[in-house]
Amino acid sequence: MGLELENLGRRFGTIDAVLNLNLTLEEGEFVSLLGPSGCGKTTTLRMIAGFLDPTSGSITLNNRVLATTGASIPPEKRGMSMIFQSYAIWPNMTVAQNVAFGLKLRKLGTAEINRRVGEILEVVRLNQLANRYPSELSGGQQQRVALARAVVIRPEVLLLDEPLSNLDAALREEMRFEIKRIHDEFRITSVYVTHDQGEAMVTSDRIAVMNHGQIEQVDTPFELYNWPKTKFVASFIGRTNFLEARPAGERLEFDGFSLPASCCDTPPQQSGVLFSMRPQAFTLHAQEPANVNGPAMKGTVLERTFLGEHWDYTVRLGEATSIRTVAPPAAVFEIGSTPWVCLDQQQAVQMH
Amino acid sequence: MSTTTLTNVASRGGATRPRVGFLNRFQPSSLAFLGMSLVLVVLIVAPLTMLLVKSFTDPVTGGFTLANYIDAYGKARHVQALINTLYMGAAVVVLSLLFALPLAWGCTRTDMPFKNFVRAGVFGAFIIPPYLGGIGWILLAGPNSGWINRVWQGLTGSDTSIVNIFSFEGLVLVMAINLYFTMFVLISAAFEMLNSELEDAANILGAGPIRTAWKVTFPLVLPSILGSALLTFLVCIALYGVPALISIPARFPVVVIQLAEFFSFPLRIETAAAYSIPLLLITAALLLLQRMILARKGYTAVTGKGGERRLVRLGPWRWVLFGYSLFVVGLSVAMPLLVLVMAAFGRSWVGGLTLSNLTFENFDYVLFEHATSQQAIVTSLGLGAVSATVAVLLALSISYIVQRRLVPLSGVLGYLCMAPFVIPGIVLAIAFYAVYALPPVALYGTYTILALAFVTRFLPIAYTTGSAGVRAIHPEMEEAVRILGGGRLYAIRKVVAPLLKRPLAAGWLLIFVPAAQELSTAIFLVGPKTRVVSVVLLDMTEEGEMEKLAALGTVLLVIITAMVMIGIRTLGRDFMVRRS
Repeated sequence: MGLELENLGRRFGTIDAVLNLNLTLEEGEFVSLLGPSGCGKTTTLRMIAGFLDPTSGSITLNNRVLATTGASIPPEKRGMSMIFQSYAIWPNMTVAQNVAFGLKLRKLGTAEINRRVGEILEVVRLNQLANRYPSELSGGQQQRVALARAVVIRPEVLLLDEPLSNLDAALREEMRFEIKRIHDEFRITSVYVTHDQGEAMVTSDRIAVMNHGQIEQVDTPFELYNWPKTKFVASFIGRTNFLEARPAGERLEFDGFSLPASCCDTPPQQSGVLFSMRPQAFTLHAQEPANVNGPAMKGTVLERTFLGEHWDYTVRLGEATSIRTVAPPAAVFEIGSTPWVCLDQQQAVQMH
Repeated sequence: MSTTTLTNVASRGGATRPRVGFLNRFQPSSLAFLGMSLVLVVLIVAPLTMLLVKSFTDPVTGGFTLANYIDAYGKARHVQALINTLYMGAAVVVLSLLFALPLAWGCTRTDMPFKNFVRAGVFGAFIIPPYLGGIGWILLAGPNSGWINRVWQGLTGSDTSIVNIFSFEGLVLVMAINLYFTMFVLISAAFEMLNSELEDAANILGAGPIRTAWKVTFPLVLPSILGSALLTFLVCIALYGVPALISIPARFPVVVIQLAEFFSFPLRIETAAAYSIPLLLITAALLLLQRMILARKGYTAVTGKGGERRLVRLGPWRWVLFGYSLFVVGLSVAMPLLVLVMAAFGRSWVGGLTLSNLTFENFDYVLFEHATSQQAIVTSLGLGAVSATVAVLLALSISYIVQRRLVPLSGVLGYLCMAPFVIPGIVLAIAFYAVYALPPVALYGTYTILALAFVTRFLPIAYTTGSAGVRAIHPEMEEAVRILGGGRLYAIRKVVAPLLKRPLAAGWLLIFVPAAQELSTAIFLVGPKTRVVSVVLLDMTEEGEMEKLAALGTVLLVIITAMVMIGIRTLGRDFMVRRS
């Protein structure tokens, strides 16, 4: 059940925009496709919508095949709806007419249409503006119209194509939660395309991080952040330090410190193992700390930036390794000072 | 939930390919593509092919021959006409630029006073068809009896003429005052798009306003200048009306007059075809040249994005520029219009503004008595309306197919639509004559052949407008319809068509005005019963009925102006600015 993408692929000329993509959404689940531009996320979304035909693989919705190689149900017969990057609010129709459009296509009675349009406009707080034309609305209001128009038909799947990228920062923040709220209310299976990890983390049940036409990892935001599987995922979601270790018997030798070999979840190779360690995996202390869950060593402060809510330090460890870490505002260390640096070894994650 | 199912769950995947009926895959867009291709073959491919074929066909035996070319270019007189034509075209381009460039710059980039007045004046040049402007100038500057000469004689007591419109200079002047309008529009549009910051950058480095204009502004609009110069040249060498009025008395033979001679008795369609092929080649070569010139330099700076536009302060020079604009508008619109209207209300056009000379007889004559003029007005307006409608709808369908890439190779349709742009109007008429006038089609003397030719002639204008319109509609507007359950045709009906109303109406008017007055294409295609107003006017000139002719011209101008005014009311003043 739900929405299934199986070995999905799309080739443009000689380039595979999407290749062997597998993803299953449970009914009512909200999944984001997150990745840099050109990673194939929009191509994937447009294949789900039916605007692009896959060149390999298949798309299935609740056991109904929507598309396979060389055969595809057109978008108008898929029972989905979509929020577009440009909103695509029809300027020749009022807010109410825009929202009622899909309902009219479903041949509902006038009374029923009016009732449902009124309801959904209430939900997105636009009931005062029902008879305005789109040109008389602000960007945020247009976005709400798009949302209402897409949701009002109770689609089987809701597709969102970078819907917030045209809004200013404050509005974007607000609309993230708006989308989350609407999803919590209607539980529509949703696919959300974005390159903004913040948006993805606020809205999604799970995030699929895409790169070069393939999914690198699908997990909840919490798991993605704390246990990224690949270097790409670790660097795309949040900030991190990549440190390389040399396996030496029971230990992993880093520049300036070592960790037990048990930190590796798969056996290390001869050449070296790459680890991702988030800035907050390191803590800075003026005195040598006791009871720490990992190695402690002396470091040298190279750079620092005060950002109000925290300090951002660059600290040198060992011979030629520098890491970035964060510290609370009260933890003041001058450049050139040598505080103790502690690592929570549970937050050292092996890259694959 | 839809009931369309491709296959059942068990057999999905790569092993068993789901069965999809032919009809599921067959899209109406393919059918539309076929239909459009067919229409374009009728309108463009067939006539042009036939023109080429005819030029190599022996009129008697029907076999292959080169004799037509020898016939066409074997005489020195015929070659001279071609050279004269190119010479005239070049001179007209230069003079038109002298008219259009300062006015366009003044109206868009400077603080020249009364800009709207100047714009309206220039717009008058668009409404007045070339042959009426020409007739106005014959009344103004005809030897001896022309108004200018008579005023001069009255002032000085001399009996010599100072101006003679029946000369090379006269021909070039009348051409230029009728053609600089297009240049003005295209160059103005380029000036409007120009970002002031580019000029500011020159100013801050120490360049004064004139230097900035010369070093920065004009080079940036050079593509538009070149493009419009080329367009003017092409229109000029293929224009029939003005040479018909002036070049014969001026003893300055040009190509169009020679072509008309081939079309008079005995009809030599094959020779005419052969004679017009070089005209086509010149046109194609010039367009190629333009592409090469423009491709070499990066002119991408001319974009509409960002930066406010500030006007250049000219100081006292603004009045000089305004004076010059008045002069140009006077030459091109006010003076010919004035003498034309005076003649229309006069018993004798030389009589002047006296009460005893005033009469309405001319109007009475052309509206109610003359055998064909009343009918001709109706024919012209009807043909204009029909061709504009057909051209706009056709161009819209094709731009949609091309812009949305509904079928592979759809770009070809777009190129075909623009092809008539390189076909001089009079050559188009010959091509149409060659393929549709004669048996087996035998459309000669019908409204159909005129309408077909007009649609073809104005298809590029329609396509440019339609294309810009479709491009302005984000594809997501339609995708939003489709994802909600509406088909493509539903999306076109509910979203695309309503959004295109305004640009389409503008395109319609842009075609209607010249189509209702078209002469060059009509001249060889009209039959005794399908005479259009322009042809009737030309006949009246030959009969020397200047007052009646002026009255008919005035009626035509009043109708067209009224329609344009309505257009401006509903569409806004800027509808003339083409976005291409």
